[in-house]
Amino acid sequence: MYKIGMIGERDSVIGYMALGFSVHEAEDADKARVLLHTLAKDSEYAIIFIVENFAIALEEDIAKYKDVPTPAIICIPGKHGTTGYGLEQVKSAVERAVGADILFKE
Amino acid sequence: MADTYNVNPTRMELKKMKIRYANARRGHKLLKDKRDGLMKQFLETVRQNKELREKVENSLAGVYGSLSIAGAVSGPAVLEESLMLPGKEGKLDVRYRNVMSVTVPEFSLEILGKDGQDSYNYGLAFTSGELDASLSQMNALLEDLVALAQSEKTVQLLAQEIEKTRRRVNALEYIMIPKYLATIKSIKMKLDENDRGNTTRLMKVKDMMLKAQLQAGKSDEDEDETCCE
Repeated sequence: MYKIGMIGERDSVIGYMALGFSVHEAEDADKARVLLHTLAKDSEYAIIFIVENFAIALEEDIAKYKDVPTPAIICIPGKHGTTGYGLEQVKSAVERAVGADILFKE
Repeated sequence: MADTYNVNPTRMELKKMKIRYANARRGHKLLKDKRDGLMKQFLETVRQNKELREKVENSLAGVYGSLSIAGAVSGPAVLEESLMLPGKEGKLDVRYRNVMSVTVPEFSLEILGKDGQDSYNYGLAFTSGELDASLSQMNALLEDLVALAQSEKTVQLLAQEIEKTRRRVNALEYIMIPKYLATIKSIKMKLDENDRGNTTRLMKVKDMMLKAQLQAGKSDEDEDETCCE
């Protein structure tokens, strides 16, 4: 049985407690980085959600786990709403694979 | 590409090169097929991923809104207390699937808890209605979140594999195969040149021998003539 991790600032992540996620609060990006690596090394976590503003700050750290099947590190918008970073990531994956952006060109 | 591999122009090497060229052609075709297959899967997943992400991001905005109102009404301590023990819990299971030799995870979510009930595990007396609303929205999102994680991870893994395969296909198509062809051609030309060299040498030798024979015949005749005289 695997766990779903959640990293973000308190106000953004508190709601996920109700879904049974294991919620980890981080006040700043450095704390989030430490948390991210601890959770990613722990094989109990299959999915780690991370709030967008931290995901942007920890882009390089997240990239390390991009090519392994688990954990899946997924950014989701925090309480301030979406910055479009998540869709940006999808777009960059398309560009990486196809060589051109064929999905969001409109 | 006029570049060639640095090999000796012998028949052995020519044969080896021809085998390697045939292998490269076959590998190129296989990898191209793999790339096309991956691409098909990728485009399907990425479309799904985009839709899911848009859906999740839109609904999350609403959830955060009502959660922050709930926090403001009842105070953060009460909010945390009420959320601390979820009434139901999603148990996540991971299986791995093989898509064109890429291992992608498949998450399956099993929801444990009281049937047909949202995860309110708190007394309704001290909490606000907004909390109930935001929680029911969140519950509806749970499966989408897991599906999003799965498709996003799949997209990342496939993108990486497609990039790798594309590089290989291009390396074979534009560097290795032309290089093999050029090497085969240059070995063939060298061998042909050697052949021609040999033939001319033989002809030359034959000429020399014929000349020598003629000369010898002539001098024999001369000798005969002198003998007879």
